[in-house]
Amino acid sequence: MNVRDTFGLVSRTLLARKGRSLLTMLGIVIGVSGVIVILALGAGAQSLILGQVTKLGSDLLSVQPGKSNEKGPPVQLFGIVVTTLTNADADALRRVPHIKAADAMVLGTATVTWGNQSIDTNFFGTDGYHPDVLTFTMREGTYFSVAQADAGANVAVLGSTVADELFGSRGVDPVGQVIKVRNAAQAQAGGVPLRVVGVINPRGNIAVVNMDDQVFLPLPIGQQQLLGIRHLQLIDLKVDAAAHVPQAIADVTRVMDERHHVRTQDQEDFTVRSQADIMNILSSITSALSLFLAAMAAISLVVGGVGILNIMLVTVAERTREIGLRKAVGATNGAIARQFLLEAAALTGAGGLVGVALGAAIALAAALVMHALGYEWAYVVSPFSVVLALVISVLTGVGFGLYPALKAARLDPIEALRYE
Amino acid sequence: MLIRVENLRKDYVNGDVVTPVLHGVSFTVEPGEFLAVMGPSGSGKSTLMHILGFLDRPTAGAYFFEGRDTRTFTDAELARLRNERVGFVFQAFNLLPRTTVLDNVRLPLLYGTKRNQDALARRALEAVGLTHRLGHLSNQLSGGEKQRVAIARALVGDPAVIFADEPTGNLDSKSGNVVMDILQTLNDQGRTIILVTHETDTANHAKRIIRLKDGLVVSDVVVKKRTRAGDRGELGK
Ligand SMILES: Nc1ncnc2c1ncn2[C@@H]1O[C@H](COP(=O)(O)OP(=O)(O)OP(=O)(O)O)[C@@H](O)[C@H]1O
Ligand SMILES: [Mg+2]
Repeated sequence: MNVRDTFGLVSRTLLARKGRSLLTMLGIVIGVSGVIVILALGAGAQSLILGQVTKLGSDLLSVQPGKSNEKGPPVQLFGIVVTTLTNADADALRRVPHIKAADAMVLGTATVTWGNQSIDTNFFGTDGYHPDVLTFTMREGTYFSVAQADAGANVAVLGSTVADELFGSRGVDPVGQVIKVRNAAQAQAGGVPLRVVGVINPRGNIAVVNMDDQVFLPLPIGQQQLLGIRHLQLIDLKVDAAAHVPQAIADVTRVMDERHHVRTQDQEDFTVRSQADIMNILSSITSALSLFLAAMAAISLVVGGVGILNIMLVTVAERTREIGLRKAVGATNGAIARQFLLEAAALTGAGGLVGVALGAAIALAAALVMHALGYEWAYVVSPFSVVLALVISVLTGVGFGLYPALKAARLDPIEALRYE
Repeated sequence: MLIRVENLRKDYVNGDVVTPVLHGVSFTVEPGEFLAVMGPSGSGKSTLMHILGFLDRPTAGAYFFEGRDTRTFTDAELARLRNERVGFVFQAFNLLPRTTVLDNVRLPLLYGTKRNQDALARRALEAVGLTHRLGHLSNQLSGGEKQRVAIARALVGDPAVIFADEPTGNLDSKSGNVVMDILQTLNDQGRTIILVTHETDTANHAKRIIRLKDGLVVSDVVVKKRTRAGDRGELGK
């Protein structure tokens, strides 16, 4: 029996049992669309992370309080408060060779009020070096100066989202307006009055932080009036050239060790990270997620495969007489096995095609959502992933169809013909 | 000599239960014969036919087909003999359901190497007078028509012999006669026919009758001498 005949026979058999064929394919459809979605999301996340690294520049370092595991997230995420990073540390780091600028920061949530308008957002307390560390442009006004920051002047710079939400609908120019900023931790009622001196152009997310949904205010106001603390939560450092980053990390670590009287590494109460490190953490989180999803896809493929196994056993039992007849007119064991193997593979192959289409659609939807959220997310369904998914689905059919096919092939013709 | 069996034995074994059915059957069949196998129910007629048609293997004894000893044949070689050298007609027709007449007749060719499968299938259907039913589904046919399709299917590979196990058993006498006339015509054209039947009327078509009883040949008589149209005619000649 040649391939074309077998294929015609198999497709007619499957079409004659459309409902059952579709149900059987379901598990494979889910598993394969899972594979496609995972690979597409992985590629999308990769593009996002790469985009962020280029946006920040690979010449950026950060010093965080507390010793974080090299590969893990910052200790702050676990609710540990470390108060040993100080303004004096930031000043000392500014004198380290190759460090071009340092931005000492605190951050938190803020309720911002203007007139009877009030919105919930976040704030960065910075010491005025923010424009020297990160690259951005002003939509209007200027960023407050280092002198203003040092003096704790009552000024603020708004992210574009905050500016639009507070002032956009009123058609009022934000620059010159006085807003009131309040933090949940702060006792003083009414909030701290700050005069808006500038609005930053939209710049999207950096790491996982939406930089447009922020109020930037002088560090002393953030520390003393909003948070009531004296330590720092973050120091961003700009290295003069990307090539000097390793040297700068070593120097910064040495200076910090001296200042904090650290003798062995496990005594360190701070963490120095480069942007590349931060992105590595992000991508290790996404790849862990992908692994989890891949395991789910594998499980649903196995479940789909068991479905195939089941339905093929039923099919072989139902068609025992047909098998007996085919053998009686000269079908070899091999021809029978091929017929049923191809049937299983066609089922899962068709399921794979549907799964690829479904997965591509889901990945597209995810990409659209990510775009709507402001992420630079690429929609990538690679030919490799499509071929991989189809090969996997056909192999699932062959793998789980093997036992029923061999069972069919081994039937005794006479017994099969007598089967009721 | 087409067929020679010597001291053929068959025991069915189901677990510990051994059922001896054929106790040593010997005979020969020449090309062009029309042989009827008769005997009471349970005497082993179907068992013998299955062995002769390569659907089953004997427990002991020798079976020579076209001069070759079949004992050493592999499953694949037996499948090839079933496909190319013999045709089998069953009492229960055994057509593929929801499949056209033409495709049913084509079925054996799918497992062979012959070209022009459609043309061969049409010629086989011509021989049984069913060319006007080519496109019908098998379940849309009468019993007599079904058995004629089955004969066309047995014939399509141009076999050396056609085995028919009670081919008229499920038919009324009128369609039974049509089926027997077709087999008779095929034999007149030189095709060897070996037939199992209970009915003396049916056996009357044959030139020779072998009677089985309790797994042994109790009589083997030539009842008719008919002139042969040819040694082993080609289909449609
Ligand atoms: N697979 C089997 N296992 C055990 N015994 C069997 C098997 N097949 C047939 N037999 C027995 O072998 C004997 C002969 O069976 P067979 O079918 O050859 O008889 P038969 O002559 O064709 O009878 P009938 O005229 O009723 O068709 C019967 O007694 C039957 O019960
Ligand atoms: Mg019988």
